[in-house]
Amino acid sequence: MALLSKKDANLIKDPLADNNPITIQVLGICSALAITAELKASVVMAISVLFVLGIGNVVISLMRNIIPSKIRIIVQLIVVATLVIIVDQVLKAFAYELSKTLSVFVGLIITNCIIMGRFEAFALGNGPWRSFLDGIGNALGYGIILVIVGFFRELLGSGTLFGFPVLGNPINKTGLYAFGYENNGFMIIPPAALIVVGIIIWVQRSRNKALIEDN
Amino acid sequence: MLEHIELFFRSIFIDNMVFAVFLGMCSYLAVSKKVATAVGLGAAVIFVLAVTVPMNWLLDQYLLRDGALAWLGPEYADYNLSFLSFILFIATIATMVQLVEIVVEKFSPSLYNSLGIFLPLIAVNCAILGGSLFMQSREIATLGLAFNYGVSSGIGWFLAILAIAAIREKIRYSNVPAPLRGLGITFIITGLMGIGFQSFGGMLTGGSEEEAAVEETTTAAKTEEVGKKENKKEIDEKEISYNDAINK
Repeated sequence: MALLSKKDANLIKDPLADNNPITIQVLGICSALAITAELKASVVMAISVLFVLGIGNVVISLMRNIIPSKIRIIVQLIVVATLVIIVDQVLKAFAYELSKTLSVFVGLIITNCIIMGRFEAFALGNGPWRSFLDGIGNALGYGIILVIVGFFRELLGSGTLFGFPVLGNPINKTGLYAFGYENNGFMIIPPAALIVVGIIIWVQRSRNKALIEDN
Repeated sequence: MLEHIELFFRSIFIDNMVFAVFLGMCSYLAVSKKVATAVGLGAAVIFVLAVTVPMNWLLDQYLLRDGALAWLGPEYADYNLSFLSFILFIATIATMVQLVEIVVEKFSPSLYNSLGIFLPLIAVNCAILGGSLFMQSREIATLGLAFNYGVSSGIGWFLAILAIAAIREKIRYSNVPAPLRGLGITFIITGLMGIGFQSFGGMLTGGSEEEAAVEETTTAAKTEEVGKKENKKEIDEKEISYNDAINK
């Protein structure tokens, strides 16, 4: 990319795969699991986190020299909470149904460890532009996992994508259902998310042996 | 009394923080390598939840919710400050955690030594904020119930982290496929434990309700469709009331 130097481009590329916030850094699991039963909710959640993390990283990075280190956690929490209130109000105004589905999990972006983790690990020590790229990269890495999990859970669990039936109609027995296919109700229940993420980790680590933990 | 008992068991088993709503997963995964540290963190979570949930209940009741300021005088009865709840809740939690840390250090150094290192971690544990947010969204009625909710969901979290820590200590000796080692297998075990905890679902419903609950979990497609319709209805109703609120 001509726009970005190679070092800057890596800030975005790394979190997408080899340094993924969810599967490698183990940050921000809670929301990743709870709201992924539908693809739409996953996408909205990913966009919300993208907004909060991108802007938040820039704000913290701009303030990094004037925040006393003893109270930095509280300052960070206030910045995140403000951004999350904006997201929450926007969702309530323009997508009320969706904000009901996400319920408390919009609020829980505040304590999403990705956000605090990136503030601590990156924004406090780097300039605004690099922090912005880092925020975007990590939020995208988080979003990718969310979308993958949401895709499989909605497709296998309800036979729909974004609410549209893609496998046919289970009641009238059209499409795949005509051949005796059944939705897997198991994918709808919360614990299925854990197992799907576990499998993603499995696939990723067997493709890249360097990531394997030695227990 | 009965509602206290019901809430207590519901929060520990049915709405378990970890297995039903995935709160506090980050510290759950990070600090569950040894049973001893898991116990320390679990105890700290119970403690902080027991303090912050009633605190935030009072804030919600007398400051934030629609019409909560009525005690100041009739001219304040129209205010609805609930959009501020995130920032106030998290500020309360961060302050309380700091305060608890100072108090415990002063009065009980031995407890501080076992809990101390975990307390700062807890301010950003989603289980704590989640406890307060669920307390708000489930409209818990009294201060006593809020305290009960805090303690019992803390106990639920404690049980979960204790169990996974014990399993992880043992699984070290098993022959797990290399790419699954560590994080991967922990996820899958947690998923299996979650499925186990789902079976508590019918625990508190008696008679005909129980049958309905069982049906709901077993016959997937049909009841799902009905459930969706019901959900939709509920959402529609809520939307209407929300629109009314806006129009006002």
